[in-house]
Amino acid sequence: MTQTIIQTSNLYLPTILIPLLPLLGFFINALFGKKLGHASGWIATAVLFGAFACSLFLFLNLPTGGSETITISNWFYFKNIFIPFAFLIDPLSITMLLVITGIGSLIHLYSIGYMHHDEGFSRFFSYLNLFIFFMLLLVMGNNYLIMFIGWEGVGLCSYLLIGFWFKNQAFNDAAKKAFIMNRIGDLGFIIGMFMMLFYFNSLNFDVVTIGALKLGMGNMTIIYITLFLFVGVMGKSAQLPLYTWLPDAMAGPTPVSALIHAATMVTAGIYMIARSNVLFSLAPHTLDVILIVGTATSLFAAVIGLKQNDIKKVLAYSTVSQLGLMFAALGMGAYESGMFHVVTHAFFKALLFLGAGSVIHAMGGEQDMRNMGGLGKFIKITFATFLIGTVAISGIPPFAGFFSKDEILATAFEHNKVIWGLLSFSSMLTAFYMFRLVYLTFSSSFRGTDEVKHHIHESPATMTMPLIILAACAIIAGFIGLPTIISHTHLFKNYLASVFAQSKLIMPAGHEMSHSMEWILVGTAVTLALVSIAFAYQKYVMQKHVPAADENVKGISKVVANKFYVDEIYNTVFVKPIMLLSDLFLVVVDKLIVDLLVHAIAFITNQIGRALRLLQTGHVGFYMFAMVISMIILLAVQIFVVI
Amino acid sequence: MLTLILLLIPLIASILVLFLKGESVKWFSFFATIVQLIFTFYVYSVFQNKEAAKSLLAINIEWISSPKINFNIALDGMSLLMVFLSNLLMPLIVLAGFNRTQERSHIFYSLVLLMHFALIGVFVSFDGFLYYIFWELALIPIYFISLNWGGVNRSTVTLKFFIYTLAGSLLMLFGFLFLYWNTNLHSLSWFDLTVNHICSCKQGFIFWMFFIAYAIKIPLIPFHTWQPDTYSTAPTQGTMLLSGIMLKMGLYSLLRWLLPIIPNGVAEYTPIAIALCVIGVVYASVIAIMQTDIKKLFAYSSIAHVGLIAAGIFALNMQGIQGGLVQMLAHGINVVGVFYCADIIINRTGNSNINSLGGIRLLAPRFATYFIIIVLGSVALPLTNSFIGEFMLLFGIFEYNSWAAIMAGLTIILGAVYMLRMYQKVMLGDLNENVTVFEDLKWNEELVLATIAILIFVFGIFPKPILELVEPIATEIFKISFVK
Amino acid sequence: MENTIQAVPQNWYLLLSTFMFCIGVMGVLLRRNAIIILMCIELMLNAVNLLLVSFSSYAGNAEGQVFVFFIMVVAAAEVAVGLALLVSIYRNIASTDIDILSKMKW
Repeated sequence: MTQTIIQTSNLYLPTILIPLLPLLGFFINALFGKKLGHASGWIATAVLFGAFACSLFLFLNLPTGGSETITISNWFYFKNIFIPFAFLIDPLSITMLLVITGIGSLIHLYSIGYMHHDEGFSRFFSYLNLFIFFMLLLVMGNNYLIMFIGWEGVGLCSYLLIGFWFKNQAFNDAAKKAFIMNRIGDLGFIIGMFMMLFYFNSLNFDVVTIGALKLGMGNMTIIYITLFLFVGVMGKSAQLPLYTWLPDAMAGPTPVSALIHAATMVTAGIYMIARSNVLFSLAPHTLDVILIVGTATSLFAAVIGLKQNDIKKVLAYSTVSQLGLMFAALGMGAYESGMFHVVTHAFFKALLFLGAGSVIHAMGGEQDMRNMGGLGKFIKITFATFLIGTVAISGIPPFAGFFSKDEILATAFEHNKVIWGLLSFSSMLTAFYMFRLVYLTFSSSFRGTDEVKHHIHESPATMTMPLIILAACAIIAGFIGLPTIISHTHLFKNYLASVFAQSKLIMPAGHEMSHSMEWILVGTAVTLALVSIAFAYQKYVMQKHVPAADENVKGISKVVANKFYVDEIYNTVFVKPIMLLSDLFLVVVDKLIVDLLVHAIAFITNQIGRALRLLQTGHVGFYMFAMVISMIILLAVQIFVVI
Repeated sequence: MLTLILLLIPLIASILVLFLKGESVKWFSFFATIVQLIFTFYVYSVFQNKEAAKSLLAINIEWISSPKINFNIALDGMSLLMVFLSNLLMPLIVLAGFNRTQERSHIFYSLVLLMHFALIGVFVSFDGFLYYIFWELALIPIYFISLNWGGVNRSTVTLKFFIYTLAGSLLMLFGFLFLYWNTNLHSLSWFDLTVNHICSCKQGFIFWMFFIAYAIKIPLIPFHTWQPDTYSTAPTQGTMLLSGIMLKMGLYSLLRWLLPIIPNGVAEYTPIAIALCVIGVVYASVIAIMQTDIKKLFAYSSIAHVGLIAAGIFALNMQGIQGGLVQMLAHGINVVGVFYCADIIINRTGNSNINSLGGIRLLAPRFATYFIIIVLGSVALPLTNSFIGEFMLLFGIFEYNSWAAIMAGLTIILGAVYMLRMYQKVMLGDLNENVTVFEDLKWNEELVLATIAILIFVFGIFPKPILELVEPIATEIFKISFVK
Repeated sequence: MENTIQAVPQNWYLLLSTFMFCIGVMGVLLRRNAIIILMCIELMLNAVNLLLVSFSSYAGNAEGQVFVFFIMVVAAAEVAVGLALLVSIYRNIASTDIDILSKMKW
């Protein structure tokens, strides 16, 4: 029965300002957006920069390894369960805060240019601000329920933003699909929370952790809890088998894809597992499941990515693939490596999406790479920054992606050689299709119509500025986590050490890999990436190969291009039967069985009345006769039959 | 005394309104309901002051000595919550009709207010007989409302509704008589019945008498077939009354007249009751997915939602009972909201088929915003009013049986499916050829929807006062009805 | 007064009233004239009255006699209403034959 006392500290104000500022921005834009016009974009961006400043303040003022709980109110309670509305500030949440507000504000800035001509300008920014608000709740909450509020809230904003151009029903379908797929995961999350409430009587991270530690290693309860939580994660972070919404989500405006479907929201799952790392460490079987799902997703999505021709779809599958890689890291208990990849991935994937947005902007809305080509000459800044992003994701040193990916691959090598092989293969595919994308888009000559060609122009400064900043980050972000072969201080790992300390005690520690072995691994990874880049160069630049039109694709390629028909399979296995069941229930069960029974009772009553009516002959003599006879019978019964 | 005033305001208003004509009818009804609402807040403030509460709120006078029937009205947290819900919704329901023209509107509003009187009566009476009188009285105005102001096929549908619910009530009356003669106190006072339980051998029998009556009213599967037709045929204000408040009579009665009075019977048959409720949740949700009539879609969604509430109540634990009460309030507000939105659409386009609607958001952005808020409220998104309730209900069911909770939890997914599908077809996309003109909201419509939207957020963000209001009575009911 | 009644043995009262009652029943069942049926009903009532009075006297309890007054009052009212109905029927169809009066059928 601990009802937390509301305390104040010097971190109180900045902490509550972080979510409040975007919320304020949302209200201003939602209520006065029409009047503000284009100023609304600047307001939305300004509040985010404010939130970023507050996050930086927290980063600088939180003592190393410390954590602080900021309670806003004792939100509600029932029985002996208290749910406070409180924020937890520790290195993990600060990392996420910096990523969300930092990249978020850059993307807001970018959107001012990107959405300039859209009539829903202020509506767009109100949604974006609302999204940031929920995302911040998600990472700041000190219990699972606050996290869940953010969790569902970002799902809602994702719904609103994917279906932003609501006149197009295909976009609305994609939005609806994203929301529903996420809700399937949310059910898992909720059940996981119920189990925690049931066994630990609390949803606070610290109480749950202590409770779980008491239950001990490999306890079935914890395995179930973590498995259910992982179902939630699969929905939100687009893992097999719930990943299909993410590629469809590309229907939204491109900044949305960059912010929600690459940098922040989809990494919520990784954050959640990292946050509950003790629980997951205590459930080795769940970790195995996560490892397998992550590896499979990484590979599966990478293969599909090979054959996509929509510039955003390629990036979407690449996101799914990279998320799979992060989950593989988590599955091996390498939480820091997973988080590290979240950070670097946020930079270069946001960069890639924004670059793709810039390309689409230049092309006047065209997204098919087969109609692009040679754009490097026209939009130089976009090309340069996009190339940096691509190199970073392909894992070429010294760009950011190299360090985080290498760390995961090294862990995988220690953990299981097969997993290492699969992940390396997936990284190789990544390098290939990303360079395929670059070559098809930027090199050789333009394949589109002349009309489009005249239209091509570099994007305004509001759009290129964020590109340049993100490109700079994509180059240097990796240095916060140098591998042991280069430096002994892994800044990122040290920063997060306190969060994962308890897991480290539980998990069997892996032995230090020899330096020579690690050099070999690095060499292999880089070689593989370079080989696939060379292969892509040979195919798309030397031979000027252009992917065939959809109807000419045959055989295996067709299956891959159609994403292994997963959507169609889901449609046949789940959607259609439910629709059929719905009709069946209504027509057969409701109308034929239940209602018929009700009507049958009415009908029988009616018929009995109809039959008894005939006794009313109208002859008084008959009535009286009947009366006398009945009386005699009753008398006889009374006298002779003993009741 | 205060309770009596609460009861009398609508009754007097319903008589007075008969003497008015024209526009003044609506204004007077609105005024009366607002007075009632303000008075409710006053009663709430008195109620918070526990010492003063007992003497001011309860009335217990002998009405008939043999059989022993007392005029016993009082207020506890649960009653107050339901009274609050009714009084909150009533002004909205009256206001909803401001831009509609009705024939003989003075009779219509008199019936609405009479209904209000009966509903308050149900929620405040603590004598079984008195309660039964109000319970049946509530049926009469709504019968005439749907019979005279309803849509197509109204006489058949209304007759079915009337006889169906009356048949249920008859079983309940029989149950009460049985209780009266088989308890040694020979009293139907709630306070006596909760202390002096009838022999547990007879409780199973009484359980079914009461359960069927309430199952019809709520309605639970398979006693629900009157409901979709009635909801779509009744005039919108009637549907709002039915779905927003009258349906809560059944749920409230489960808590008031079933659990604490025959705990052993309930404990014995809980598995069947929960199974029915949970099946109902999934069943109605699945049906709602393919519904094309917007009002019927909402009717089936309502069946699913109340099924969940009933399941949580039958789980017989604190969070189930408390969550059920919170959710009753939330559902009342949301369901009135969705039906009002449906009414606005049908009223403007003359069309209730979602396949021949579309693109309304282009023409009426403000309406679209309110509508999506209400839709999100009814799919129980966090920070909306139904989230906490649904969370606690599902947790209650989970504690009873985890599989049942997973089944019932499907409502989280299916609810999103049918609600978003409906919203997409009706509001989004390009304009349908049937929808050429769609005026955005009138002042009274905006006032109603804005109030509902605000309430959705207020109760979603600040659930604590409601939880605290019902906590004592929920604990009491839990203690009485908990059988080891 | 008690002696006057108790001068006759109780069995005789029983027999007489049974006899009167049976006449009434047979009359109601067999006759077709509504006025006679009405009179037969009176006869049955009076048979019961007789029984009540005798029993009340023998038991020394006045309740039975109170009932008799009650029955007489009701019977008077009934006869008044019944006859009025018959008069009105007779004016309409010029008959009081119950076989003809069978319009109230289903």
